[in-house]
Amino acid sequence: MTQSRTLTQKDRGRINDRAFWLLCVTAGVAVLGILAAILVSTIQQSWPALSNAGANGFFTSTGWDPNVGKYGILAFMFGTVVVSLIAVLFAVPVSIGIALFLTELAHRRVKAVVVTLIDLLASVPSVVFGLWGLYVFSSWTKPLYEWLHDTLGGIPVIGALFGSVTGLNFMTAGLILAVMIIPIITSITREVFDTVPAADKQAAWALGATKWEMIRGAVLPHSFGGIVGAVMLGLGRAMGETVAVALVIGAAIQVTPNLFAPGYTIPAAIVNLFGESSGEFTAALIGMGVVLFVLTIAINLLAQVVVRRAEIRMKGAVA
Amino acid sequence: MTTMQSAVATNGHAAVTRASLRRGALPLRRRAMDILSKVLMSISLLVAIVPLILVIFYVIQKGAGLLSWDFLTEDIVASPRRTGGGMGPAVAGTLLITGIASLIAIPLGLLGAIYLNEYGRNNALARFIRVMADVMTGVPSIVMALFIYIAVVLTMREKTGLAASLALAALMLPVVLRSSEEMLKLVPDELRQASAALGSRRWKTTLSVVLPAAISGITSGVMLAIARAAGETTPIVVCAGIAYGISWDPMVEQTALPAQIFVNAALPFAPAVERAWGAALTLMIIVLVFTIAARVVASRFAIKNR
Amino acid sequence: MTTTITPLIPGAVPTMPTASAKPVMQLENVSVFYGGYEAVRGTTMPVREHQITAMIGPSGCGKSTVLRSLNRMNDLIPGAKVAGKISFHGEDLYAPDVDPIQVRRRIGMVFQKPNPFPKSIFDNVAYGLKINGIRDNIPGRVEKALRDAALWDEVKDKLKSSGLSLSGGQQQRLCIARAIAVEPEVILMDEPCSALDPIATGKIEDLMHELSRKFTIVIVTHNMQQAARVSHYTAFFTAEVDEQQVRHGRLVEFNDTGRIFTNPSDKRTEDYITGRFG
Repeated sequence: MTQSRTLTQKDRGRINDRAFWLLCVTAGVAVLGILAAILVSTIQQSWPALSNAGANGFFTSTGWDPNVGKYGILAFMFGTVVVSLIAVLFAVPVSIGIALFLTELAHRRVKAVVVTLIDLLASVPSVVFGLWGLYVFSSWTKPLYEWLHDTLGGIPVIGALFGSVTGLNFMTAGLILAVMIIPIITSITREVFDTVPAADKQAAWALGATKWEMIRGAVLPHSFGGIVGAVMLGLGRAMGETVAVALVIGAAIQVTPNLFAPGYTIPAAIVNLFGESSGEFTAALIGMGVVLFVLTIAINLLAQVVVRRAEIRMKGAVA
Repeated sequence: MTTMQSAVATNGHAAVTRASLRRGALPLRRRAMDILSKVLMSISLLVAIVPLILVIFYVIQKGAGLLSWDFLTEDIVASPRRTGGGMGPAVAGTLLITGIASLIAIPLGLLGAIYLNEYGRNNALARFIRVMADVMTGVPSIVMALFIYIAVVLTMREKTGLAASLALAALMLPVVLRSSEEMLKLVPDELRQASAALGSRRWKTTLSVVLPAAISGITSGVMLAIARAAGETTPIVVCAGIAYGISWDPMVEQTALPAQIFVNAALPFAPAVERAWGAALTLMIIVLVFTIAARVVASRFAIKNR
Repeated sequence: MTTTITPLIPGAVPTMPTASAKPVMQLENVSVFYGGYEAVRGTTMPVREHQITAMIGPSGCGKSTVLRSLNRMNDLIPGAKVAGKISFHGEDLYAPDVDPIQVRRRIGMVFQKPNPFPKSIFDNVAYGLKINGIRDNIPGRVEKALRDAALWDEVKDKLKSSGLSLSGGQQQRLCIARAIAVEPEVILMDEPCSALDPIATGKIEDLMHELSRKFTIVIVTHNMQQAARVSHYTAFFTAEVDEQQVRHGRLVEFNDTGRIFTNPSDKRTEDYITGRFG
């Protein structure tokens, strides 16, 4: 009798168990709560700007003059896209190269050192990159840009990309960003390469493949989906990067094909202008934040779907 | 050699000779591609490492002259044109704001991780939280800063150090959550079962067996998260306001090193830019100490696992 | 050679080897080390042209290790080292100026688990041709390899579909087609049927007989009946503990398959084959 009672007893331990579970669930759900709260509160605050978006040309106009109530964010969106694309364009091949170096080329000791260095690169604060970009890097790149302008500027169509050079510009911002997103793309790509089945690599070796042929035949086909996902995550990071870009982009509100001209991005505009804004101006800046939020969320979600799908396919292939 | 020649295979196989097995037998194009690919991989590595070295070099070169005890403790000069003064309020602000953010994000992230790995596992809610946490990692810090500005600064009607802490905490939370979950995942199930077989409750097993087993891995992940948070600029600029004297009160306006770097870097005065480099060196030291400490803790963990 | 055979295991009627077959490869006192550990000790045996040589023995006896040393696949394992001499047409495979890539191109390999690339059936077979710089008549060569692998009729209408869409047995024959497309001289097979059902296994065994007209085959198998059915020569390996209580794989006996399965000269071979061991 006593035995069975102790077994069914609702003792303190059991209550503790429930309480602890509840605590943990609450913490987990906090993530969902915060995300939802961000969306709701930012949309709410930016409603004055967003509700009339169509009529005011919020998304479609490059006209931006808070003094007269003109809030067209097209130039900022343009700058964000251009700078992120430059960053991804340069960062992706480099990251894939590093990931291949780590998975296929490096010996164990070298690998540990390289991984630490890439971790260090990831932990350099973005404002420090911005400072370095503004006072060191941009002065180095100027002669190079000028040479490119002189050589390629005359070519029809493509030449428009290499217009006259200003000290701070899209290109510099994109290159700094590229360095900053290399660690994340590298680490995801590396994980993807690590999951390539050894059997596939051996099959290539056994046919007399060189290392490069093995990589092309066995590693890359398996990794395509994962790499696409990694690139998208890198793109998301690049779009949201704020202070480094704010310091080196040149703060000019314009849409131009010239990569050597100054521009502006959404996050840079928010951080530079937020302090001096009020009323409708603030609403417009928060509205830009909503646009950025939605864009980055969409890209992140899509990237995750792509990565996961690639993972599942890989596992299916192994089984 | 002669016996080998006679052993040439029939059925159209190419004859095996000494030369045919040598490295030189690999056609030039294939060998060139192979070497080229290896060279390109090594160059990619350099492309990433060289900027890292250059950034560290310049931060030390331009900041070291300024770094002193006075620089770390003195108040910030009111006029950015003037030389002198220090980064005392920014150092204090960085420690205070990041500290409070850690106090909020670490317990929350850890409990969330326990939910994901010990309770939720693969149920719908856990999977959803995992996806959303990954999405949240990708939320730009400027968006997080705006959110806290709306939710906290507008309600309290003033910028405070606490508001910046909350924004940093929101940025840290998903990172702590996911990295801790990965570490909990590494704890073998046998440990849980052994504890359960002794009649231990789930929460007790988790706190007394699972968590201690994973603690160094979790610590390492948490320290990396702190290092990243200490370098975040936008939450400070948007939510913390500005301060010129040292204060340890989170309910008043504060400043921090990243914000000081950002603000001073953009000013056209040489003394301000110099202070920016000094602050950058200070910040880099703080961040590097945490990053390296995280590595050390992590490698200890790896040894224990072996 | 024509004496009546009484197999030690029922149903196993060994194939007679071609007496005149020359050795294509020769192992002389070959030992394989992983780090400091000697996994296989002192193996001496020939691999004869157009014959099927089987390696059998209990697990951990080093048969796969020896097989992988024949085309330098062991090079890919950090710390692996081969002592002794493995010659291929008289050439030392481990001579310093020998390129493992050239070795593997001439000595192909088929693995335990079918491992087609995540590419189309056609591209799987064409892969080896392309990397080896063969550009002419790729479709013809692919078809020939698929025919030789007895897979053509089953896949000729879906060459563009993924190699992974095939059944396990078909995948393994695709891997064989991929290996023979580059026309190696020797094909190493590492338990090629262990992941397959009996029908698929039967097809591969039939195929091996066909292939042995063109190629020299070395097969590792844990299935004694299979060794008895398909091979001309059999090498029996076992694991032994030496004076220092360290386990090493050793070659116990190498002989005509008929002899091994009817009248083995070593007691350990007989014990293993009759099931008194392992």
